[in-house]
Amino acid sequence: MSAKKTAAKSNVSAEELLGHYREMLMIRRFEEKAGQLYGMGLIGGFCHLYIGQEAVVVGLEAASKEGDKRVTSYRDHGHMLACGMDPKGIMAELTGREGGFSKGKGGSMHMFSKEKHFYGGHGIVAAQVPLGAGLAFSDKYKGNDNVTFAYFGDGAANQGQVYETYNMAELWSLPVIFVIENNQYAMGTSVNRSTKSPSLWERGKAYGIEGEEVDGMNVLAVKEAGERAVAHCRAGEGPYILEVKTYRYRGHSMSDPAKYRTREEVQKMRDERDPIEQIRDMLLTGKHASEDDLKAIDKEIKGIVNEAAEFSKESPEPALEELWTDIYAKVEA
Amino acid sequence: MATEILMPALSPTMEEGTLAKWMVKEGDTVSSGDILAEIETDKATMEFEAVEEGIVGKILIAEGTEGVKVNTAIAIMVEEGEAVPQTGAATAPVAEAAPVAASAPAVAAAPVAPVMDATPDWAADVPVKQTTVREALRDAMAEEMRRDEDVFLMGEEVGEYQGAYKISQGLLDEFGAKRIIDTPITEHGFAGIATGAAFGGLKPIVEFMTFNFAMQAIDHIINSAAKTLYMSGGQMGAPMVFRGPNGAAARVGAQHSQCYAAWYMQIPGLKVVTPYSAADAKGLMKTAIRDPNPVIFLENEIMYGKAFDVPVMDDFTIPFGKAKIERSGDDVTIVTFGIGVTYALKAAEKLAEEGIAAEVVNLRTLRPMDTETILASVRKTNRCVTVEEGWPQGSVGGYISNVIMQEAFDYLDAPVINCTGKDVPMPYAANLEKHALLTTDDVVDACKKVTYR
Repeated sequence: MSAKKTAAKSNVSAEELLGHYREMLMIRRFEEKAGQLYGMGLIGGFCHLYIGQEAVVVGLEAASKEGDKRVTSYRDHGHMLACGMDPKGIMAELTGREGGFSKGKGGSMHMFSKEKHFYGGHGIVAAQVPLGAGLAFSDKYKGNDNVTFAYFGDGAANQGQVYETYNMAELWSLPVIFVIENNQYAMGTSVNRSTKSPSLWERGKAYGIEGEEVDGMNVLAVKEAGERAVAHCRAGEGPYILEVKTYRYRGHSMSDPAKYRTREEVQKMRDERDPIEQIRDMLLTGKHASEDDLKAIDKEIKGIVNEAAEFSKESPEPALEELWTDIYAKVEA
Repeated sequence: MATEILMPALSPTMEEGTLAKWMVKEGDTVSSGDILAEIETDKATMEFEAVEEGIVGKILIAEGTEGVKVNTAIAIMVEEGEAVPQTGAATAPVAEAAPVAASAPAVAAAPVAPVMDATPDWAADVPVKQTTVREALRDAMAEEMRRDEDVFLMGEEVGEYQGAYKISQGLLDEFGAKRIIDTPITEHGFAGIATGAAFGGLKPIVEFMTFNFAMQAIDHIINSAAKTLYMSGGQMGAPMVFRGPNGAAARVGAQHSQCYAAWYMQIPGLKVVTPYSAADAKGLMKTAIRDPNPVIFLENEIMYGKAFDVPVMDDFTIPFGKAKIERSGDDVTIVTFGIGVTYALKAAEKLAEEGIAAEVVNLRTLRPMDTETILASVRKTNRCVTVEEGWPQGSVGGYISNVIMQEAFDYLDAPVINCTGKDVPMPYAANLEKHALLTTDDVVDACKKVTYR
């Protein structure tokens, strides 16, 4: 990955930088806490952490407007936090409790929020890609100017349904932004071991879809690219692809020892490219904030995350009757 | 404040592990992300990271220790200048293990228990019109599309070609290309797009040219459409219809001749409809389009051209979960659905010539299934034969037999017989195909067997 440096634009306000800092830090602290609760046995099964990739969702959410939709894979905690879903409801879903977004019936991989236009949380790799195009289809059908962000990884990019969807999305000019979160590893298989394509976004060209590669460790670069993509979709010009080069610091899931890459590789990324540190540096060197200001934010976020963790422990397990609810929607008489 | 570091669970199944190696020693300062230790789980050797900064005050479990239970304190972290508390006396044990005792099995709660309803589908004074199944399906879709702007039809050749089997004849002219959408040949993709559109508030009808091709799309039908309402705690689901011809046509070989009724019938979250007549097709299709759940609508190519009486009414619907007694009789119950009803009715006629009165139950929907009507009939006749085109293992009839055994065992005078297609892929050769398919004679023979004639 090129170490492209995007200097803080003069038009980026302190307020905006602080906003990005706060939101990215929220995701990181939340995920660290989730990892901790998993270790304590409070979270079961699969748990896929987003640590390292925070700039992607925070940057793209900053480019969105009310009414826009988003759908993603099972590595979904960051997306939910970034679109404004309550950390308590997310953490309580991770612990499988009544107070979770799906009443404890979905788990880490399956959460939804109609209110925040978040359509899951899907566990089958790449299934969310046609689903996202379908959400965009519904907006186009209704004639509004909403767009849908369909997030998927470099692993999903090799699934056939992605290309079936590209074909129809361009054919029907659907307002969908395909966001390839290229964190370089599909579980344990690096991109180089899964394809000879030099870039993933360029595959869209075969279907006539425009796109670009983005530095996914730089939240400002992500936001800027997101704005271009959104403008393209809202103008009725059809889909757009963003291949966002990012990196996950943790294993694929909690039980992945991540032996397929060196500790040094991870450390180098953390030291040199960390999305939160980059913004932190900008805030400090630009004298937009003091160390004390940032400490205060850290403390506040720690408080919110601890509160979410407490809620997720105190919220009761769902009542046994819940086993039998929500299988069928009631037919209106 | 001193904090205990607990042995972490590092896989979904881990209960204990080996503390293979400490990567820090007492007195070391660590920050978030530093590796504290290597831990061997049941699957792999994992690096265990610090989540907060602090000083390693005391190591409680020596490296090399095997069988360390999850949530055992393995070290104590302190803050700068803080004394190390006595073992086991750290002030803030991070948390107790989750009280995850397996829940007691819930009391049996049958998801749907339809009450038997024998009222006719339409009143005796309503005029009827001979209509083919093909026209009935088209009329039902057109009526519902006029009624609700959010309903649209998507599939291969549904528009300009007027439908591969001409089910959508005329719909493009009336509703335009926005609502009658020709797709590329890409079942997996368009089933996913339609499901996403349903999440987004529309009511798609997805036509599969045949259900054989829906195997390409079955992940979206089951994982995306059927399960989302449950996974979202009731927040959003997929109000949509997946329809198309199912089962054997004629001489089209193994890959184009399969009945999927038993497959879809198994899935909680789906409703499964198997019409027989044109009236069934019309009334059930209208109900399917209005239903807020994903509905699998299994048609049959051979039935498309058959004509039946359909009531001339402004809004004719048939509720789900209501079987129809196609013919009454006291000697044996034949339970069937879809094209199976034709075999059953022909068999009943032959049996009548021999003095055996068969009652034919047309299920119409397999999920929900009107088991009340089946049971009431079996309690009367004391004998039952099920009829379907699909294969025997894991069949619809197998399930029905089980229901009868559980609910009406004492009423049975003979074991239930399941008439099914033969347990082979469909052959092409005319003579072999004939033998692979279910026949009227199979049904007659089975009925004689259970009536000991």
